[in-house]
Amino acid sequence: MGGSGTSNALLPLTSPGHGSGLLDIFRSRYLLNLLVQKELKVRYRGSVLGILWSYVKPGMQFVVFYIALGVFLGLEQSPTNRSGMPNYAIYLFSGIALINFFTEALGNAARSVVGNSGLIQKIYLPRQLFPVASVWVSAVHFLPQVLILAFVCVLNGWRPGFLEIGVAVAAFVMVGLLATGLGLFFGAVNVYFRDAENFVDMLLLVATWASPVLYSWEMVHNKVGPTWFALYQLNPLTVAVESFHLAFWYPTTVETVALVPNLLSLWIPVGMAISLTVLILGQLVFRRLEGRFAQEL
Amino acid sequence: MTTNSIEIKDISKKFVLRHTRSLKEAFVWIMKGRKGDLSKKFYALDGITLDIATGESVALLGLNGSGKSTLLKHISGVMLPDTGSVATRGRVAGLIEVGAGFHPDLSGRDNVYLNGAILGMSKEEIDAAFDSIVAFSEIEEFIDTEVKFYSSGMYLRLAFSVAVHTDPDVFLIDEILAVGDEPFQKKCLAKIKELHAAGKTLIVVSHDLDVVAKVCDRGILMQQGHAVMDAPVAEVIAKLRS
Ligand SMILES: Nc1ncnc2c1ncn2[C@@H]1O[C@H](COP(=O)(O)OP(=O)(O)OP(=O)(O)O)[C@@H](O)[C@H]1O
Ligand SMILES: [Mg+2]
Repeated sequence: MGGSGTSNALLPLTSPGHGSGLLDIFRSRYLLNLLVQKELKVRYRGSVLGILWSYVKPGMQFVVFYIALGVFLGLEQSPTNRSGMPNYAIYLFSGIALINFFTEALGNAARSVVGNSGLIQKIYLPRQLFPVASVWVSAVHFLPQVLILAFVCVLNGWRPGFLEIGVAVAAFVMVGLLATGLGLFFGAVNVYFRDAENFVDMLLLVATWASPVLYSWEMVHNKVGPTWFALYQLNPLTVAVESFHLAFWYPTTVETVALVPNLLSLWIPVGMAISLTVLILGQLVFRRLEGRFAQEL
Repeated sequence: MTTNSIEIKDISKKFVLRHTRSLKEAFVWIMKGRKGDLSKKFYALDGITLDIATGESVALLGLNGSGKSTLLKHISGVMLPDTGSVATRGRVAGLIEVGAGFHPDLSGRDNVYLNGAILGMSKEEIDAAFDSIVAFSEIEEFIDTEVKFYSSGMYLRLAFSVAVHTDPDVFLIDEILAVGDEPFQKKCLAKIKELHAAGKTLIVVSHDLDVVAKVCDRGILMQQGHAVMDAPVAEVIAKLRS
């Protein structure tokens, strides 16, 4: 509560408009919570299916990819097609769910600062809240998809242990950090150059194909050789998708398929480190640029 | 001894007159060795130094475009000065515009919580103040209606009501009372006077000189980014009217 005339003297003079970055998010978690709830309420307002849309859309995408790639292009293993992948549907869905989380999170985070210009121009509040809230909203849409995935896996004999769950959580955190870092970066740059959001759209188009979501990592390895493959692996999204495969898809197969070498010992730590670095850099750029948000919007 | 709620030291703020948003122009500019300014600038605030004591009630007066709102935005932290410094004591609440932070698709109830949190209140504080907020705004019946169906006066009522309940130490008011009807304007004025009597610091921007004369003691006249006069409010109003 604010002070009265006498207790006022005890309060220190502070310089308004200087936040303390992501630390502010922690302090304003109630506001973050409300912003996320607002977004969830408002997103599908006036639509009959409401939040179901966030399942119908990826579901449709899944069906299209499954038929085109799994059936027509023969990636799915079947009695007539021995060279395909076993349980391709699970393989595909685990990757798509994770990539969609990233796509939705980054796409919305990049637009979040400009989208809340009315507020930013009039009231001071920690502006990092907006990109972070976007990522959070996407996480809320993502988690039920993981439950569906887990349910389907259980039907296919999935009995997860600590390893599987730990790897899945690591992949989720990796993607969340990456999306937040890039979201802070592009969200801030977008205030100055609206080109940023279009660039992000392009980036997201590439993201689905730049990781082994639709195809297997071995196809890449066989074509490009080990050196370029290491480069391919530096993308945290790639590592996260492979981790999801390890956690959900691999245990449902007879486990004769090959997994990416050194995923646990090398690539997950590397991916995590890269995501963290991106977050720190994104945060630095955001703080450099946020001082002029109110006047540039 | 008096303490200051606000200390502003020689701040200036330049704005861009013509925004350049094309990469091509920026590229040419960089290639030419960044000579000259990419865009025309002007000072919206120029060398303002100002101390406001705790409990003072100050009117910021001046013609359109003289920099009043810009100054308030510097006090609330929305904008940062190019040079100089701003310091404030305690919680600052700005009513820079009616219902900034209101979302049209949410109900009045949800908006009270959202706006309260945006203005820095905790959940417990809003819970405790909720009934009082609704009662002050006198829109009980409509509290669960989406605010896009509110009239602009109802909007103002709820927004003003939330803002006064944040219990700020410094209260910034920018041109917001004009929308309310006569009885509600009176009520707001009474509330503002009450805050003043409770020792809060007030800064009021308004073109309604009669209102300003009633609630403020001190007047500051702004002209093209300069504070050209700082005197008892009656004198500033007299000068403005002459
Ligand atoms: N973000 C901005 N970018 C460029 N110029 C701006 C920006 N914000 C304000 N200005 C300019 O700064 C000047 C001062 O604006 P300000 O809003 O402070 O005026 P004011 O005194 O509040 O006027 P009014 O009485 O009309 O409300 C104006 O010329 C305005 O065009
Ligand atoms: Mg103004």
